[in-house]
Amino acid sequence: MGGKYSPTFRKSCYCKTYGNGIIPPMWSIYLNVAVQGVLTGLVYGLMALGLSVIFGVVRVVNFAHGEFAVVAMYGAYVLFAAFRLDPLWALVPLAAVFFFIGYGLQAALINPFVGRPEHEQFILLVGVGIIIVNGLLIGFGPDARPVNLSYGFDSYEIGPLLIDKPRVFAAAAAIAVAAALFWFFGRTRTGAAIRACADNLVGAAVIGLNVKRLYALTFGLGLACVGAAGALLVTIADAAPSLGPAYTLIAFIIVIIGGMGSMAGALVGGVLIGVTEALAGFLFAPSMKSMFSFALLIAVLVLRPQGLMGQRL
Amino acid sequence: MIELWRSVPPRGRIVIALALAVLLALPLAADRYVLSVLTLIFYFAYVGQAWNLMMGFAGQLSLGHALYVGLGGYVSALLWLKLGIGPWLGVFAAVAVAAAFGAAIGWLGFRFGIAGVYFALLTIAFAEFTRIGFDHIDYAGAAGGLFLRVEETGQWWNLRGGTLMFYYLALALAGGALALTAWLARTRIGYQWLAVREDEEAARALGINVFRAKMAAILISSGLTAVGGVFTAFYSNNLFPSRVFDINRSIEIILAPIVGGLGTVFGPVVGAFILTPLGEVLTALTDRLGINAPGVKAAFYGLALMVIIVLRPAGVWPWLARVLRLTEHRR
Repeated sequence: MGGKYSPTFRKSCYCKTYGNGIIPPMWSIYLNVAVQGVLTGLVYGLMALGLSVIFGVVRVVNFAHGEFAVVAMYGAYVLFAAFRLDPLWALVPLAAVFFFIGYGLQAALINPFVGRPEHEQFILLVGVGIIIVNGLLIGFGPDARPVNLSYGFDSYEIGPLLIDKPRVFAAAAAIAVAAALFWFFGRTRTGAAIRACADNLVGAAVIGLNVKRLYALTFGLGLACVGAAGALLVTIADAAPSLGPAYTLIAFIIVIIGGMGSMAGALVGGVLIGVTEALAGFLFAPSMKSMFSFALLIAVLVLRPQGLMGQRL
Repeated sequence: MIELWRSVPPRGRIVIALALAVLLALPLAADRYVLSVLTLIFYFAYVGQAWNLMMGFAGQLSLGHALYVGLGGYVSALLWLKLGIGPWLGVFAAVAVAAAFGAAIGWLGFRFGIAGVYFALLTIAFAEFTRIGFDHIDYAGAAGGLFLRVEETGQWWNLRGGTLMFYYLALALAGGALALTAWLARTRIGYQWLAVREDEEAARALGINVFRAKMAAILISSGLTAVGGVFTAFYSNNLFPSRVFDINRSIEIILAPIVGGLGTVFGPVVGAFILTPLGEVLTALTDRLGINAPGVKAAFYGLALMVIIVLRPAGVWPWLARVLRLTEHRR
């Protein structure tokens, strides 16, 4: 009974027993749970990375972030149901489509709100989020939609560890997408231009950078992260409209813990939250796991408000 | 009070007196449905006013006001159910508990210099933390909820009554909060809030105790909101953690003051009079058109929010006051 804001996981196999029927020692169970948490956390981290990039550059707080992730989950679900396309491959077209959605959204709707008070941005994006959640509700109904992969219940056995195959793939893909983003911001001219906008907006405009276009590009990249993360999330949890606000909150917690605007921080925060939720869900009740994330958020806000790796992008 | 009344321009006085007279006399003419919608409007005007004190005047963005509603509701309902203490006494305990939570959040937030989005997330975190906590408190009914018996109608002193009683109670709450806000806006602390909202550093340089001003805002706001919680608990007769503490409830609370006009005295009232009927009209309309699938109404509501914030980012009331020449200088 976690309410509609705690995502329930379909393939969390914390209770797997070994083939020979021997009950494994306690520490190895904790280790298993923690590793599953790390893998899930990397996917969360990718989603939060999108939020962090958008906030770090455009300075707009995307309160519809999780809702976009859920749209991508449904996208992956539809592609899988119609073409049997593995979500790991669906990631590519979804990221591309979400890039254009983000670009268009920023250029058409959000740009006038850049630099405006937070509560105005908040209402605008809450409106977007409400429309998304209810649009999905109208289109797909309230029931969760699973993607049943052929290898959905396979797992790797490494020493005492028993790791779900889909989670390993999802985490690897999340790292790959994040690496591509790091490369883009670190090594390309456009990436450098976007960083310039984040560091010194006036200076960037003075040297002739097209700030509006770069903002749209950044929002597009942020949503591309969400599109990719959504495609991966569908291998971990079933797609349901009500997951949207929950994912938005998770993304925010991760970004605050990692440090708003810090790209590496988003991944670190994601892993931290993934492990916390997995362990808390295992040790206490699954419905209590997000309580610990919020406790962690409160602790970080009070003790280290800039986040663990808090520096600008 | 009299001084406050004198400060209202003559046109405004006529409108206020007329509105009050109509609302007081309305139960003579209107049916139960209209009264229940108006009760809802007054409720949102009331809690919106409480939130507006903190955000609109002191500039502290709280996205977790459902916490105080929920605490107020739960404390008063538990006192009534378990100890038989009526809501008129219970409300004091409710206010005390909610204000204590508000004080804790405020102290953590303001002492450690958490502001803006970060403070907003702190308030969300506390509300969500409490929601999940209440899901597991068996004494308070856990996730299964808490129910107040409905059959004992007619005991108005225990808030057990019909539509009419709650209508007048909600009207009194909304009116009282309106007057309180108008009064606070003209007090020393009211002006200090505005200074803090506009420029914290400058306010500090002027010798304003910024921490104390912000704490006063969150204490008053959380306490007032808890009274709204007592009202909803006894009005709807049930409490579920997943419903009362939900972040969507917090968002509901802040919509009316933002749409109406932040930091204005009449903004929350105007916003509530726009949004609640809008929801009702959408329900009726989608029913009539036969498209009342789940989600249609809410999607239109989201669209309406976007349109309003794009067209009137400063809120409807400042614009309305200008058009109707009911001058309230925007604070």
